Amino acid sequence: MRDVAVVGFAQSQSKRREVNLNDTEIVIPVIHELKKGKNLKNEDMDFVCSGSSDYLAGAPFAFVMGLDAVGAWPPVCESHVEMDGAWALYEAWAKIQMGYAEVALVYGFGKPSMGDLPLTMALQLDPYTQTPLWPDAISMAALQARICLEAGVLTDRDMAECASRDRRNAKDNPYAQVKGDFSIEQILADPYLVNPLRKHDCSPISDGASAVLLVAGDRAKDYCDRPAWIKGIEHICEPLDLNVRDLTRSRSTEIAAEKAGVGNAKVDVAELASPFSHQEVLLERALGLGADTNVNPSGGAMAGNPMMAVGLSRIGEAARRIWDGSAGRAVAHATSGPCLQQNLVCVLEGN
Amino acid sequence: MSDEAKDDVVKVIRTPVQLDYNYSAGRSASRFLRSIKEGKLIGQRCPVDGRVYFPSRGSCPQHGVPIEGEPVELVDRGTLVTFSIVRIPAESVPLEIPFVTIQVLLDGADTILMHLLGNCDLEKVHMGMRLKARWKPKEEWEESVANIIYFEPLDEPDADYDSYKEHI
Repeated sequence: MRDVAVVGFAQSQSKRREVNLNDTEIVIPVIHELKKGKNLKNEDMDFVCSGSSDYLAGAPFAFVMGLDAVGAWPPVCESHVEMDGAWALYEAWAKIQMGYAEVALVYGFGKPSMGDLPLTMALQLDPYTQTPLWPDAISMAALQARICLEAGVLTDRDMAECASRDRRNAKDNPYAQVKGDFSIEQILADPYLVNPLRKHDCSPISDGASAVLLVAGDRAKDYCDRPAWIKGIEHICEPLDLNVRDLTRSRSTEIAAEKAGVGNAKVDVAELASPFSHQEVLLERALGLGADTNVNPSGGAMAGNPMMAVGLSRIGEAARRIWDGSAGRAVAHATSGPCLQQNLVCVLEGN
Repeated sequence: MSDEAKDDVVKVIRTPVQLDYNYSAGRSASRFLRSIKEGKLIGQRCPVDGRVYFPSRGSCPQHGVPIEGEPVELVDRGTLVTFSIVRIPAESVPLEIPFVTIQVLLDGADTILMHLLGNCDLEKVHMGMRLKARWKPKEEWEESVANIIYFEPLDEPDADYDSYKEHI
């Protein structure tokens, strides 16, 4: 395997509604900040890969306009996934492993405020038996939370603890959207949004973008004093139908964590892209995280959830803590599909 | 598969999908659209090499840099770079068939605009001909490039081939 490191990261402020800018204009300053900060010219990049969704943009091939932010003339070697940018990063990592690239720019962006996100998410379900019922994403997650509560695998207090911690941590994150001190009692006193989920159990809807720079081998040191080396990266998918899955745990995260080697040593920092608080409880368990891990120092997805960028941002946030020496080993997570259907786990180390 | 089995297969289901989007044109396109409502054609200059993009856009796709400077106002005349004669009616085109779609390079711009050619015999359409915009009546102007009905020939000598060859 080739050594590949995360050496650069930029992100936009997560906003509930970006009124003035279209989705390309949200990406432009993010990529520009990353390129400028790393003195990166287009000719330095061997590969560019992005993650976004035409369903969010409401237009076919909407991602093509995103290339305006990169500067694709003369033409660049480029690819795109209709997924979170974390999967674009996986593709770039694979491209580097195959020897086709040394330096890769990865970005993700989304402007879900243009539509009704919980309903748009219904289009990722089975088109014959599920989508015609238009189950919204919050209701789907609420079903899972109910199953977990009834099965006794977690309590609403466990959920509130995650929400409280994430929003408190986010106070130090200038890019976060939902932040502040909310006590567990305060959260539990809130009315239900979709029973058994309260508003605090849900991540916000956010417009935003982020970008990451990957570099192979010794060249990583040219861009970063202490590169965040990718020691393991894996993504595993479960079936789409909820009725064939065990929703009280995240099997795909467990397998991805094992393959990525999460448990091989102490995890200093974990950044989780969990859209709902009960899913965060399940993810922490699936990753085997204990009390000695600082979970979501940025606030995670619960503090800012720019669709199609939030997972990539977790990798960037985890890497940032390797660069500044506050973590020696970090884990980042991204998810896709209903109720944690597909999960990506990335292990980063400073040495 | 027997005929009987074939008949047993559901071939059509009806699952209406409607999602509403609240789209915003963005900062650059909004500036262009507001200007054209006033009859002005607005482009923007790349900060790296000075090329003028028309319509205005938020970034230079060649250099990957944001374009944030003052807009450049362009005149409503230019050169026909290339064309196609269309013999299939199109609902969105206000002209009778056959009509002519064109790429026009506005004077002072470095990117071409797709539009229509009008008021010109088909036999006389050729590359390099000089054109001028025919606008709708002012009271009908809105935030739309369709404020220009079409471009029509100007009584001027053809443009030098070198002046537009890089856009072909």
